Amino acid sequence: MEDSKKEMLVAAIENGTVIDHIASEKLFEVVSILNLAHSSSEITIGNNLKSEKQGAKGIIKIADTYFAPDEINRIALVAPNAVLNIIKDYKVVEKRKIEIPDHVIDIIRCFNPKCITNHEPMQTRFDVIDKQKMIVKCHYCESVMEQNQIKIK
Amino acid sequence: MNAKSLVSITDYSKEKILRILDAAAEFEARPNRETLKGKVVATLFFEPSTRTRLSFETAINRLGGRVIGFSDAANTSTSKGETLHDTIMMVSNYADLIVMRHPLDGAARYASEVSSLPIINAGDGSNQHPTQTLLDLYSIYKTQGTLENLNIYMVGDLKYGRTVHSLLMAMSHFHPTFTFIAPSELEMPEQYKIFCWENGIEYREKRDLDELGEADILYMTRVQRERFQDLMEYERVKDVYCLKNSMLDGTKDTLRILHPLPRVGEIDMDVDANEKAYYFQQAKNGLYVRQAVISDALGMLED
Ligand SMILES: [Zn+2]
Repeated sequence: MEDSKKEMLVAAIENGTVIDHIASEKLFEVVSILNLAHSSSEITIGNNLKSEKQGAKGIIKIADTYFAPDEINRIALVAPNAVLNIIKDYKVVEKRKIEIPDHVIDIIRCFNPKCITNHEPMQTRFDVIDKQKMIVKCHYCESVMEQNQIKIK
Repeated sequence: MNAKSLVSITDYSKEKILRILDAAAEFEARPNRETLKGKVVATLFFEPSTRTRLSFETAINRLGGRVIGFSDAANTSTSKGETLHDTIMMVSNYADLIVMRHPLDGAARYASEVSSLPIINAGDGSNQHPTQTLLDLYSIYKTQGTLENLNIYMVGDLKYGRTVHSLLMAMSHFHPTFTFIAPSELEMPEQYKIFCWENGIEYREKRDLDELGEADILYMTRVQRERFQDLMEYERVKDVYCLKNSMLDGTKDTLRILHPLPRVGEIDMDVDANEKAYYFQQAKNGLYVRQAVISDALGMLED
């Protein structure tokens, strides 16, 4: 299937942001990180769409909404391959890759049950020590987590 | 965060480590001072550790400071559900410095962010115990006359033993060569081997505790039964990693044997009389190192 037809699977938007190439099993984590449950924008979500690149993918279209880099880069941990399409007047005016931040503040939970962050009402903080393999280190307990161990807070 | 805090050994640069060790030598020569006169140090032991607490409190007393605090969280507001945050805020009103031990990993780092006072970490769960590392370094420095270019053999539980991980990080400033001797269940974790590789530090791994002729330092650790799924395996390993006096034949005259104590069965009692056994003096060195760390945290060491 060509790209243009594939796009038809989910309704096009006039203005806003399309987040594409999200791994299917991570789609709802992206929804949660971006706090879309509390957004009043028109949102279209497609999941388990066939993709040559990654098997099954998810896509999110958010009308009349543009994200600041800080805001959108929060999804890097669960969707490092996501592509951001900025839509104006039904056209893609900009395509952007997600940038993986150096630090991840208060997004993920530490997998160490004895970590102070799992016992105090406080923010979590991780240093990204390997951006390719997405390996993070807890700023507090110094545990190292790999991508498949990362859980959203 | 107060820049004078000591939460993890990696908070100290190479120069800072050397300055602390030099200061420790001065405290060893003359331990009783009045440098902390009028200062109040809080020792907060959210989990009991008599050995560490007595060492810190002796250090404070020998410097002329006063101590407040608790030795067990069971009778404090923590047991009534107060957050660590609130306990640290409250104590920060009273003291000039906080020494804390806590059962949770990362507690000291968090406390150092909450408080404006310097924090000295006296152990946070299974994470860090930097004054233990400094006393290990001081023991090595004192017995070898240098920290540079030494052959360090680490033996026993290299997987869970936080003391060997911190020692490895701290020694990395001084061009060491490491030999890791451990059973397969307890070998040095990958991240530390990668660290060595990235920093150009030579290391080799062995299963058997033998061929000790090159060693300058033999760092023994506890092999604990609860680390093993297979108890038969534990029984086997426990005997293989037990140092006996006869095994020290042919080792360097300057070799010294360290152990963070308490030992279980890793060092046979027949080693104790050997002049290469250093583990009891090692523990005593903790006092001078803690005097140096406390003085530094309160800005009492000249830079
Ligand atoms: Zn943690």
